[in-house]
Parts: sequence; structure tokens; C-alpha cells
Amino acid sequence: MLQTFLLPDVGEGLTEAEIVAWRVAEGDVIKVNDVLVEIETAKSIVELPSPYAGTVKSLLVSEGTEIEVGTPIVEIDDGSDDEAPEPVLVGYGASEAPSRRRRRSRQTPDRSASEAMASAYEQRAPGRSTEEVHPAEPVRAEAVGDPLPTAGEAPSESSLVLVEDNDPRAKPPVRKYAADLGVDLSTVVGTGPDGTITRRDVEAALAFQRLEQEPRQGRVMNDQATFGGEQRAYTATGSHGFGGAAGGPSGFGDFGAGFDPFEGRAERRVPIKGVRKVTAENMVRSVNTHVHVTEWVTVDVTGTMEFVETLKQRREFTGLRISPLLVYAKAICLALSRNPELNSEWDEERQEIVYYRDVNLGIAAATPRGLMVPNIKNAGRLSLLQLSQAINQLVQVAKDGKLQPADYSGGTFTITNVGVFGIDAGTPIINGNESAIFCMGSIQRRPWVVGEGADERVEPRWVTTLAVAFDHRIIDGEQGSRFLHDVASILAEPALALLF
Amino acid sequence: MLGQSDDMVQLLTPDGRRVDHPEFTFRGTTDDLLRSLRDMWLGRRFDVEAIALQRHGELGMWPPQLGQEAAQIGAARAIRDGDHVFPSYREHSMALALGVPMQQILGFFRGTDAGIWEMNDKFRTYALVIGVQTLHAVGYAMGLQFDGLVGNDDESTNSGVMVFHGDGASSQGDVNEAYVFAASYNAPVVFFCQNNQWAISEPITLQSRIPLYERARGFGFPGIQVDGNDVLAVQAVSEWAMDRARRGDGPTFIEAYTYRMGAHTTADDPTKYRARDEEEAWRGRDPINRLVAHLRDIDAIDDAHLKALEEEADELGVRTRASIKELTDRTMDELFAGVYAEPTVALEAQRRQFKEFADSFEED
Repeated sequence: MLQTFLLPDVGEGLTEAEIVAWRVAEGDVIKVNDVLVEIETAKSIVELPSPYAGTVKSLLVSEGTEIEVGTPIVEIDDGSDDEAPEPVLVGYGASEAPSRRRRRSRQTPDRSASEAMASAYEQRAPGRSTEEVHPAEPVRAEAVGDPLPTAGEAPSESSLVLVEDNDPRAKPPVRKYAADLGVDLSTVVGTGPDGTITRRDVEAALAFQRLEQEPRQGRVMNDQATFGGEQRAYTATGSHGFGGAAGGPSGFGDFGAGFDPFEGRAERRVPIKGVRKVTAENMVRSVNTHVHVTEWVTVDVTGTMEFVETLKQRREFTGLRISPLLVYAKAICLALSRNPELNSEWDEERQEIVYYRDVNLGIAAATPRGLMVPNIKNAGRLSLLQLSQAINQLVQVAKDGKLQPADYSGGTFTITNVGVFGIDAGTPIINGNESAIFCMGSIQRRPWVVGEGADERVEPRWVTTLAVAFDHRIIDGEQGSRFLHDVASILAEPALALLF
Repeated sequence: MLGQSDDMVQLLTPDGRRVDHPEFTFRGTTDDLLRSLRDMWLGRRFDVEAIALQRHGELGMWPPQLGQEAAQIGAARAIRDGDHVFPSYREHSMALALGVPMQQILGFFRGTDAGIWEMNDKFRTYALVIGVQTLHAVGYAMGLQFDGLVGNDDESTNSGVMVFHGDGASSQGDVNEAYVFAASYNAPVVFFCQNNQWAISEPITLQSRIPLYERARGFGFPGIQVDGNDVLAVQAVSEWAMDRARRGDGPTFIEAYTYRMGAHTTADDPTKYRARDEEEAWRGRDPINRLVAHLRDIDAIDDAHLKALEEEADELGVRTRASIKELTDRTMDELFAGVYAEPTVALEAQRRQFKEFADSFEED
């Protein structure tokens, strides 16, 4: 019989939630407690496990929709014969018992019970977005109390494995996902609980396969996979960045064939809220306060590409995703040490310029929740290996949509990467109260003049355009130019980093 | 690790090695350890199933216990007939191990049982009001004294009380009053504090400038810190403390140094207030993994054993989901009947008032 799952109250007294992402598709066969859907409440993002085993019959609510608790969201055929419907969820749901009401009511309540309850507990009223309650605006968070415990004493990997099992372990939706993408699960390394294979692992395996298969010549060498994957903000999901993707106009995501996001109308109106709203406010504030100047330089980064290949062979980097971004980040930290003006903030209120000792290096990321700029704390003091680990971790957390406020607060300098989308360069907008932002363009095979005199010739080289935008109130052309020149020098010839 | 003392009692390291301690020895048998493994394993599964049930909309809320299984089961091993345990609301593994039917625990968080549990000879009802159970426990322990059930030469006639609370509750006024009364009356009570590092979003380091166990001395009874993820050490320390109580040597404070791997309850999101590094570090100190490693080392278990446990856990999962469908609401009469052995005049008046109120509703 057909079972209907109603949106539960996963917090205490929440009245609505947004459907963030379906983890199953119609026709999927599922077990009890397989994850059906990810929802976002005023409190957190929560995965809802299925109360029923069976076949997913229909998804009743589309992604991005905010709905009230108690709304039917999915129908599952549990394969049994029809019988009386299941009674009673806690506090709501289809109760079979006749409802009772007060005979002599002195006051006519002018609000629904849930609204009254919500206001009594200072919960948000229906219709307000999460971000209004928890503004996503970064605050500079000071660590409180003593440092948290550090890792150590972890038992060896082998003692953690409870049951040896040669079959790759993955949940049915992931198995289906892998089958759809043509990924053989036996080739995938699981990183989920007890070594189970997650969707992310499948994607990582697919990205690796493509990288292996792709001819090196003419390849756009950037971090396509870095912040791609599950993102919905861009339609280039899973493809190599620019163009090519099957999705519709930006922002609509992949709803499959036959889905008309316009519902037959000529326009589609979307409320400005959430991350989009915060992003917009930050952009306007940045443009209205900073005096933006952008400079470019085009440079041969073949040395960097060779260095990346060298690093990939190193044993200590095993298991880490090594990309040009790593070398860029290191070069930027080194250049900032020599040009500290770019690691600063204009304090209008106190009429002071604040120079930061530490570089908290932000990396703009298209995450499942929109554009976020998590930063690597104290990046300037990290070794190349530590920096690589930090970037890998940040990427993973950002892709999971699990960034915490501490991850994106306190940044002092930002890198943005439009090269991911196959773009040469751009004029980025400075992030928050920072004073400069670096823009990575795509790295492409291009003709380049090398040698001198009689030896002068044109060769195919890895070439890219670097851009930096800075706040001319603090940074003069001289300092901005020196900084960009320093970065370019290191990327052209990584050994020059020894001079810094 | 902050708040962790050099004196912390540990008998099984995170990688599953047995180590000696000058004062405490694990006196249990391998069978005890196998029983503890099973209790922890099933306790963990029950907890996971209950979280899922909350997400299904079947429970109003649920406080996960993931990571605290050893603290509870080690303590459970030290409880014998005649002893009484006063829990807070997160002692799921211990409740099951001491024979509380899972339906009662589920009914508590489904809101169907009005806090009325069938009498269990050892384990009292959960208490949601933070720390309130410490006063109940001390009062009960004093009652054991008055009844002559403490400090007798015939050791088998003695009983003790163990009360559970968390690090957050230790900041509560009631709890500190309970410490004072326990010390003043030399009550046969063991304060078993599961320091899981977080009082919802408040780290223990903000609440206490010194390790919690050191506070006990100020109240006038011994405090001891034990590795709460080491079921052997917890059992050894708990047995010692309960023996003291039964003998009439007075209260003991045990700080079981552990970690709540999940949320405070299903209504909060720990990623908002604590770092992943911290969770990862504690994942390496998992109580079940280390016991498994040890039992494998001594060839007490093999893959088949764990597979059987997992099958038993699967079966428990099915029972958990089924049992929640059988829960029915308690009536208000039952609630009134459960307050005193003999109803008081005031209570009778309240019952009449409530009945009038209830009768003022009509069927729709």
C-alpha cells in the first residue's frame, strides 16, 4: 500500500522547513532508514531517513520549496496489501481519533496554535528565512577558552574495521547513482561510516577516471572538480566547467527532462533571500566602500604545472588532491609577507588601517548553499603539505555544505577562481572588509615566445592570466603591482620562492 | 586534553591495550566483557534507531548517547540487587542493560507516558529537569540509611544509590545542594558525572576552571576521574565507589571523562558550536572499537561473533520500530494515581478541577 511521509518537526516546535535536496528519485527501491531527503530548518540541515521500505512512488515537493510541518512530501509503496492507514505522528499528522475542541471558549484565538506557540518560544514566524534568523554575515570569532583537544591516540586503521568484507558497501541510492554514472563500485574507496561508499566518493572516482582518460593536450588545467559536484548554483555540474552542461538557465538546476520551471508563464519570480541576499548586500557594501583597482598579468606557469606533477608523485602527498590552486595559495602567502599592505583592513570608524600579522586565506567556493568564502586560518605559517591538507579539508566541507560560521569568518585575503569555468580573467569584487582579492584564470596551452636572440622561438606552454583587485585607499599602484609581480614570479619559477 | 588529569584511571587504551593502574584493577571476567560489548553494541543501535524514529516524526525529541556507552555500561556492571540508579535522560544503554523496557524509554520521548514508568527494581524514571534527580537520589540514599540498609556487617544486606548527571548539571544549584546534603549525612550515594565536554553548546572549559572531579574535595568527599570510554576502568571505579557507599563510607564523585559524539538532542546542530577536529579526535577514542580491539587480541571474539551481534542489533532495530506503534496515551487518572501512595486532599482537589476542565471539551 501507499505510505505517505509527512514532514516531521525535527527540532522542538519548528513550524516549517525547506526541501534542500532529494537523495532518492522516483522508482528507487529503498530500505528503512535510507536517507530520503535533506531539509533545512531554522536550526540546521537535517537528513530525513525513510520510515518505510519499498519503492519511491512520487516526490511531492520540489527542491527549494519551503513547506509547513505536516505537509506530505513523499509517497512510498511498501508492497503490502492496502489496509487502514497508519495512525498518528507526534503532535500532527493524520490522527484517526476525532478532534475535540473546547465548548465554552471565552476568547476566540486569532492566531493558529502553531503561530502562538512559535511566538511564545520566540521562534520565527512562518515565512522568514533561515538567514534572517541566523544572518550569514561573518563575524570575527575569537576562540573562547582553552584550545580544543588535538588528535592523537587514534587507534590504527585496522583496529577500526569491525567486520572484514570484500563487497563494496554502499546504500542502494548510491549504488544506483554509481550505476547511472558508469562507476564500478569495486574501484571506489569508501570514506563514509565503516568505509561505506558515499555519493561523494563516487563523484571523486568519476572525476579521477575522467582525468585519467582525458588527453593532456589542450586540457583546461584547473580545479574543475574542486567545488563542482553537487553544486546547484551553476549548471556546469559534473562537466568540465564551462559551456557543455545539459542544465537549463543558471539557477534552475537539473530537474530532468520535461520539467518547466516557468510553469508556462513568461517569467519566474524568486524571492531574494538566504545566501543570495547576503551575497548581494556584501557586494553592494564592498563596491560602495572600497576603491577598486584591477591589474592583470599574463604569465607562463609551466613551472608551476611541472611542480604540481612533482608533488603528486611525493609520498607525503598521497591521497591529497594536488592542484595549481595549492601553489597559487603558497605564492600568495609569500607575496603577502613581502607586501603586507594587501593583508589589511580599513577601519572607517576609528580612522585606522589594520594590518594583519596572519593571513587567513579565503577561497571563494560555489557550495550547495551558494557562494561562500571559507578561509584557511593562518595560511602563511603552514608548510606546503599542511596547506594542501587544509585546502583539501576546506573543499570537502564546502562541498558537503557543512561550513560553520568559524570557517568563513575572520578572512583577511581572498582567492577566487573563474578559471574553473574556462574563463581567462576577471575583475573581482573585494570580499567583506578585506583590502584585496586575487583572481585565478584558466590555465591553457598557448603559444609563447621563449629563448633569446638566435634561439628565440614560439613554444606551446601553460599560460594564464592573473588578476588582483585592491582597495586604492590603502594600496597604491606600486604596492599592488609589486604584489602581483611577486606572485607571477613564483608561479613562473617556483624555485624563486626560496628568495622569499 | 584539557580537563583530563594525569590521575585519570585507565585500564584499556584507545587502541585496545590493557594497562595497569596502581590502585584499580579490573576484576571482571572475559564473559563480563562480552556482556558489556553486547550491551554497548545494542545500546548504540537502539540510540541510532531512536534518532531515526525522531526524524520519522515518531518521537518529539531524542537525546543521543553516541560515544557514552562505556561510561553507562561500566557503571551498570557495578549495580546489584538492592541498589538504585537515578538517571538523567541520556542513559539509554544503561536503562536497557538494567531491564527497562524500550517502550518506556520511547514513550517518554513520544510524550505518551506522562513520565509514569512501571517500577523497575533498580532504575528510576528519566528526569528532564537538569540535575533534579541528584536531590531525589540523595534523599533516597538517606532513606536507605534510615532503613538500616547501609554499613551492616552482613555485606549482602547493604545497598547504595548511583545518580547520573552531566557536566552541565554540575553548574546547577540543585546539584550543588545535593552534594552538600550527601556530604553532611554521609549518604550512600555515588555521583556519576558523565563529562561529555558539552552542556548543549557550552564547553566544560567555560564552566569549570578545574577538572570537575577536583570539586568533590571541596564538598568533603572523594572525587575520581576515570576514562569514560574505557568500560573496564569505569566498572572497576564504579565497583569501588558503590562498595564505599554500601559499607557506609559515604558519597563518591566519579567523573567519567567522555564525549557526546552526537547532538545534545535531535533539536540542535553541534556543527554550529564545535570543531570537527575535536569530534575526529574523539572518534579515535571510541569505546566500542577499543573493546573490540582488545577482545580480538585475546581471541575472545571473531568476525562471526561481531556479525551475530550486528544481526541481533538489526533485530532490535525492527523491534524498536514496531514497539513504538504499540504505545498508547496514559490517562490523566493514571498520572494523578502515581503521585502519592495515598492521595492527599490537595491532590484530590486538583483531580476534580482537571476533570471539570477536561469535560468542558466536546467532540468535533
